[in-house]
Amino acid sequence: MKNNMHLEFTSVSENEAFARVTVASFIAQLDPTMDELTELKTVVSEAVTNSIIHGYENRQDQKIYISCSIEEDEIELVIRDEGIGISDIDEAVQPLYTSKPELERSGMGFTIMENFMDKVEVVSHPGEGTTLKLYKQLKKSKTLCN
Amino acid sequence: MSLKTQFTTKENVLLVRLSGELDHHTSDRLKKEWQQAIRENNAKHVILNLEDLSFMDSSGLGVFLGRYKEVMQLGGEMVVCSISPAVKRLFDLSGLFKIIRLEESEEYALLRLGVAS
Repeated sequence: MKNNMHLEFTSVSENEAFARVTVASFIAQLDPTMDELTELKTVVSEAVTNSIIHGYENRQDQKIYISCSIEEDEIELVIRDEGIGISDIDEAVQPLYTSKPELERSGMGFTIMENFMDKVEVVSHPGEGTTLKLYKQLKKSKTLCN
Repeated sequence: MSLKTQFTTKENVLLVRLSGELDHHTSDRLKKEWQQAIRENNAKHVILNLEDLSFMDSSGLGVFLGRYKEVMQLGGEMVVCSISPAVKRLFDLSGLFKIIRLEESEEYALLRLGVAS
């Protein structure tokens, strides 16, 4: 059976920590390793930061939506905004590419997401927003009963 | 948990110790405090101690890269030390170790910069 949770929160930067900690709490029931938990927290932080800075261009009265489903050891994470969208996705996901160099962005957000998850899908339409779908299979339980 | 910062100087080296969580939200304040500490102390080199940093994302990489560029302009050097495996992975992914040297501890980092601890 799939187990789901949905979050909706305002696009303020204080909520970056709220989002990653909340997702980590939900995932905790799968008994992930510390590394897996850190990876998921980092990925949520990257995606929410992108929505705030790029999607909403720091407008603080907008909404960000997160859905998370778990089934056995499989995690599906959907992070969505209704911001300006990405016109060139191939360019946006390039390592070190940033549309906002003046803000000291490293351009590593998508690279980190792709490294820490098994699969990343980006759906975006200019003027409508961006949806990220992220998948990860946790390693099987490390405790063997024999 | 938010970010705590501590700035101290030894000769011309600014020691930056971070604890807590470094993300986009906390990175703006870090940048301002860091730039102010460099100015006020006339520091040339920077040692970045990340021993107590429990979380970091790519916003941290951006701030470090920004300060690295400023330190370079002053003819200085930046050394990072006491880094956790999780943060080390982010440094590895971004290639930051090509420009920022890694040392095991603050003592080694100070030695590297020619300052006796």
